[in-house]
Amino acid sequence: MKVLFGHKDHLVRMAALFLAGIVVFLVLKAVFVPKGFGVYGHYRAGALEENRAHPVAYAGRAACVECHSDVPETAKGGGHAFIRCEACHGPLAAHAGDPGEHQAVRPESKVLCARCHAPNVARPARFPQVDPAEHAGDEACTACHTAHNPRQQKEGAK
Amino acid sequence: MESILHGVEGYMYPNEMELQWSVLIVLYPFITGLVAGAFILASLERVFRVESVKPTYRLALLTALAFLLVAPLPLQLHLGHPERSLEMYLTPHTASAMAMFGFVYLWYLMAVLVLEIWLDYRRDIVRLAQTATGPLRYLYRAMTLGSYDVSEEALRVDDRAGYVITLIGIPSAFLLHGYVGFIFGSVKANPWWSTPLMPIVFLFSAIVSGIATVMLLYMAATRLRQATIDMRCLDTIARYLFYAFIIDFSLEMLDLVHRIYEADESFHTLDFMVKTRLYLPHIVVQIVLGTLVPLGLLALTQLVNLTERARRGTYALAGVLTLVGIFAMRWNVVIGGQLFSKSFLGYTTYKMAFATREGLLPAVLLMILPFVILWALVRLLPPWTDGREAETAA
Repeated sequence: MKVLFGHKDHLVRMAALFLAGIVVFLVLKAVFVPKGFGVYGHYRAGALEENRAHPVAYAGRAACVECHSDVPETAKGGGHAFIRCEACHGPLAAHAGDPGEHQAVRPESKVLCARCHAPNVARPARFPQVDPAEHAGDEACTACHTAHNPRQQKEGAK
Repeated sequence: MESILHGVEGYMYPNEMELQWSVLIVLYPFITGLVAGAFILASLERVFRVESVKPTYRLALLTALAFLLVAPLPLQLHLGHPERSLEMYLTPHTASAMAMFGFVYLWYLMAVLVLEIWLDYRRDIVRLAQTATGPLRYLYRAMTLGSYDVSEEALRVDDRAGYVITLIGIPSAFLLHGYVGFIFGSVKANPWWSTPLMPIVFLFSAIVSGIATVMLLYMAATRLRQATIDMRCLDTIARYLFYAFIIDFSLEMLDLVHRIYEADESFHTLDFMVKTRLYLPHIVVQIVLGTLVPLGLLALTQLVNLTERARRGTYALAGVLTLVGIFAMRWNVVIGGQLFSKSFLGYTTYKMAFATREGLLPAVLLMILPFVILWALVRLLPPWTDGREAETAA
């Protein structure tokens, strides 16, 4: 090396070191970049299949209404009419598939209602907001309000 | 929710109440700025042949390297999962400025700084490989790459190669810090950031902060080594600091005047913010204490014949205030840009934690780290050219 490159020998050695670095980088790239990356876009093509293989968790409103046709009737005209069933009840594909085997769980109204209706300065002023403890004490929201159409008060509500 | 809402006034969108970019993101442009600035100062000697700043040439390069090594750490800490950052190199997205920056960083670190330092120090490395004792000897030997040729001819080759690398390094330094400004300037949804002047303002403030840092480090190191300060060198650095600062201040004022005259729909919100929540960091610290006072002090040294001692004191004070001002500028850009709502109807407050991942403590530690690295680098590769290097290294 020394004979070949004379007084530039050290520069050639440094260049070789850089070249080695680039080769290591290319090897790492070949090892670590997953197969199929970039085939369709800036992601792993195999991810599509993997996502498709995930079991479906949500049943969709149409499936719910097949059995619970009374709920849209109750909700009609109310503030909750546009909310999808599983937004509050959670994913229900298993329940829709086999209602006998998988029971749907009724949400805890004190927690669920507060998620949207607890006071928050970022919410529009006209949006109904209450402090649950101040408004109803220990009473569950659904003791007075109909969950699917909260403006409709239940019989005996104060 | 209570703690988040505390300090919120008027209307904020929910995702604006809590600041997403913390003090660590303030540190990031501050540190990269010091890198770019220190390198530009080094290039003054190498490319522009300003001989009088030679005593700081090597110190400037080592400072740039020490800060560059720390530059990505605030980002790593902010994002978490540092192991994922390597993916930026393996599967880079060419449409992402941040992804492309990884390559700019690597290029600047390896092809510019490390190479230039190696070439400049090669004669010392070879000497130390032959004279040093203990484990350090092996490190120096590794750094020679097995070539001990320090003949006149070989050193001439080094000098030419170093010159070419510095030539490439200047636009690289501009790219490094111009990019940081670009990241903010290109956020079109944020009127506090969105201006094409941002990269150039960041660049000049970087040059100012880098020159001030090297100037202060040179003064401090000379005092610690009980050596004599080269006043010709110090005066020249201060003069360049003054020139760069004038350009930087003019650009910032141009931006400000433009905003005031244009007075677009965001103006009242930003104007209110600057006069209330940002009054102390922006008007008092950045503009008055961190810009006008040091500019005045530096102007004084140019206009009045001061004694050496008075000049040293003035430079030290001006340097410290300059760094405070530039840090405040980064703070006001990063934090200020997140204090107002994009609805222009509300403001939030930045609540800095202490001993959390993005709190004050890691920020202070990250700011100390480059100085520790610099100390180690100076021990390893003494930058002094006044004949005292032998005793320091041995």
